[in-house]
Amino acid sequence: MAGLLRIVTCGSVDDGKSTLIGRLLAETLSVPEDVLEAARWTRRSGSIIPAGEVDFSLLTDGLEAEREQGITIDVAYRHLDLQNGLRAIIADAPGHEQYTRNMAVAASTADVAILLVDAARGVRTQTFRHLYICALMGVKTVIVAINKMDAIGFDEAAYRGLAERVGESAAKVGIERLLTLPVSALDGDFVTSRSAAAPWYDGGTLLELLRSIEVADRSRSPHFRLPVQLVLRAAGNYRGYAGTVLSGGIRVGDEVTVGRTGVSARVAGISVAASEAQEARAGQAIAMTLDREIDCARGDLLVQQGEARVPNDRFAAELVWLSEQPLARGRTYELVSGPLRIPATVTGIRDRVDVESGHRHAARDLAINEIGRVEIATDAPIMLDEYARVRDTGAFLLVNRGTGDSVGAGLMLHDLRRGSNVHAQAFDSDRAGRSVALGHASKVLWFTGLPGSGKSTIANAVERELNERGIHTYILDGDNIRLGLNKDLGFTPEDRAENVRRVGEVARLMADAGLMVLVCLVSPYRGDRDAVRARFAPGEFLEIHVDTPLDVCRERDPKGLYRRAAQGAIPNMTGVGQDYEAPLSAELVVTGVGAPGPIAHTIVAEVLP
Amino acid sequence: MSRTGLLDALEAEAIEIVRETAAAFDRPVMLYSIGKDSGVMLHIAHKAFAPAPIPFPLMHVDTTWKFAAMIRFRDEIAKHYGVDLIVHTNQQGVADDITPFTAGTQEYTRVMKTVALREALDQYGFDAALGGSRRDEERSRAKERIFSLRLPGHRWEPRAQRPEMWHTYNTRLTEGQTMRVFPLSNWTELDVWQYTRREGIPVVPLYFAAERPVVSRDGALIMVDDERFPLRDGETPELRLIRFRSLGCYPLCAAVESPAATVDDLIEELITTRLSERAGRLIDGEKSASMEAKKVEGYF
Repeated sequence: MAGLLRIVTCGSVDDGKSTLIGRLLAETLSVPEDVLEAARWTRRSGSIIPAGEVDFSLLTDGLEAEREQGITIDVAYRHLDLQNGLRAIIADAPGHEQYTRNMAVAASTADVAILLVDAARGVRTQTFRHLYICALMGVKTVIVAINKMDAIGFDEAAYRGLAERVGESAAKVGIERLLTLPVSALDGDFVTSRSAAAPWYDGGTLLELLRSIEVADRSRSPHFRLPVQLVLRAAGNYRGYAGTVLSGGIRVGDEVTVGRTGVSARVAGISVAASEAQEARAGQAIAMTLDREIDCARGDLLVQQGEARVPNDRFAAELVWLSEQPLARGRTYELVSGPLRIPATVTGIRDRVDVESGHRHAARDLAINEIGRVEIATDAPIMLDEYARVRDTGAFLLVNRGTGDSVGAGLMLHDLRRGSNVHAQAFDSDRAGRSVALGHASKVLWFTGLPGSGKSTIANAVERELNERGIHTYILDGDNIRLGLNKDLGFTPEDRAENVRRVGEVARLMADAGLMVLVCLVSPYRGDRDAVRARFAPGEFLEIHVDTPLDVCRERDPKGLYRRAAQGAIPNMTGVGQDYEAPLSAELVVTGVGAPGPIAHTIVAEVLP
Repeated sequence: MSRTGLLDALEAEAIEIVRETAAAFDRPVMLYSIGKDSGVMLHIAHKAFAPAPIPFPLMHVDTTWKFAAMIRFRDEIAKHYGVDLIVHTNQQGVADDITPFTAGTQEYTRVMKTVALREALDQYGFDAALGGSRRDEERSRAKERIFSLRLPGHRWEPRAQRPEMWHTYNTRLTEGQTMRVFPLSNWTELDVWQYTRREGIPVVPLYFAAERPVVSRDGALIMVDDERFPLRDGETPELRLIRFRSLGCYPLCAAVESPAATVDDLIEELITTRLSERAGRLIDGEKSASMEAKKVEGYF
């Protein structure tokens, strides 16, 4: 089933992009009459367009908040009536250098891109960047609109030269189909109507080229994919696996397999938008019943039998970084792909791509708007597709679990099987057995807080009280570990992440050995602490926030750190040069002010119910 | 792609969004304004979960100034689809006598719609609210997401919007955040009517032409729907052949003179006239960005 044609536009305001889109919308009657009328009589300060004529650029004008603050919100979506009974949606992303991420967002759903090149200024580095991102995100067709042809007198030789250069770049990045045309957005030549200005051009207008693009028909793919959004239950033991078919097709009687488990069943019935059907194909929202009860829930992927790959928990991906806070190795996020949600850790960063040349360089982090290859480990095996094979089930977002923000957009490249030779070795006596032998349960008490907040002092008092009750304990202190195990690490965000990860793993081993482990670590980032928490069963990891006012910590300054930071000697000091992200749902919050004894007593009461 | 293909594609997308909302949130609700868009959205919810029942309630924020015909229709339709209906009114606003005639349009809308909605969402603890808004209605919507995050206090922060990519929606909420969800984002007014015709969805008769009592004020035809309408000196309601393109509080809805008496007539009229439907809404007018300003405050 064909849907709406989805278009992404690439280019900056300077290339005349808003004028081109505005004119396209106006001339195709995609804009209501009263809005058009307003664009005749409203003017920006400094505008030279006479009142009474339409200022096309106003039609794509954004929000008041944008005008007031001089900013641009990432992507705008607009209807375009193709004037042949069909319709398109234009995803319009601002095109300045720093907006790689916006273009990636807009291109992620696009069938075709309109790429603007300013004829007067020629091909620039951003042109290559735009082509690169289109190719990366899987946009098959690019229409290159060489604009401002009026400014160079519709010079054919200049046009051919530009077209050739863009063609070379497009071939280099692997664009499948490239269409090029001359336009003048200002005067309207070749936007929706032909013009005598370039008798040498015999191709279609921009509107005609857009009409010639076919909406990607994913139903022709041999790879049937149905991500299960929810399981519908109704009278008569009805159990319908509901979701949108993202690729391929399926018929009643076919065998389907749950990607996660490899278990198959036969399709007993299909309903498409609540009407009974014999078959379903990509683009349709369906519910499917099976001939037997199997384990299949929200987030599972149903595929045609024989297509299920062995689910894997490690894979390589191309990642577009969306967040102001850079990506560091070792961080754990929520991976979201359609209805699937699972904790995932970025275990390695391989490289970063220079989107203006296509070259790759080794990298240790990814900043906002950067793209690079990473390795990802999920908490359990999942079945993701390779993006190049099935776009919608090969794509995912990484979400910061503390803030809920989408921080990365990923395209699955391939599974990693290197780890498959390392199996968890099982031993006869397990943790439960050791716990019986020692006579108490093991847990990790994770003390987090500013330097000087009193973490070690309180932990010390807690340990004493626990020992008095015959409980085996051990204190892992951040400073001590930095002298040994972690002496290769500094205080940058990524080194802090690795520091926390290693301490978390050591704590886990010790808890497994049966000990009550007390960790004293500033551990300023929520994401790092949550990643450690995710390694434990519920109730085993207790986060204790030692919430002492910064003034008190600074006053105490037991190690002279605040004094030295004030002198500029410690640039990354938490609470001074770096932020401390307080826990949102710590098991316990204590104030490190006053005698440690009573505080310890409260904590022990909480730990030993 | 035919027109049928287009409606099928829009329907499939809306079903996917409605299902995702039901599955990903703890306490979703569908806001029901009784208008044509709400009607389509409700019909789509019915299809999304059939044969199971719609798994969330409908909520109508009642300003007490809706057309009487809308209220009758609302109660029938809830029964028709077998869905729970919650009706919420800002009682403080009623006690303070905040009406379209006493308070001025902006203040009235703020108290009886924006505040009422925030109050209702908080009272019932809803974490996601489905709404029938479309991107072609008003320009600030072009930049709003389908899953549109609200910060604590129901504020919309245009700069804090989440990117929407592929078929993947980030539905994660942190403390105090809620979500507004717009499954009809990519529909136009014409799509709504063509789908309404195709599916035989019931609509309030006020959309169709009939002789109704109106007065003309500042160039707008306002229907005198009940005895609360304060007539000015010399004003006498007269019967005119009118209909409404967009329904809300009757003192704030301008009627259009039109003979379109059926869905077919109406679609024909839409194809030939090209005024935006909100042109008849008296609450958006004051300045062009006023819808955006209201959204920032928590208006739907």
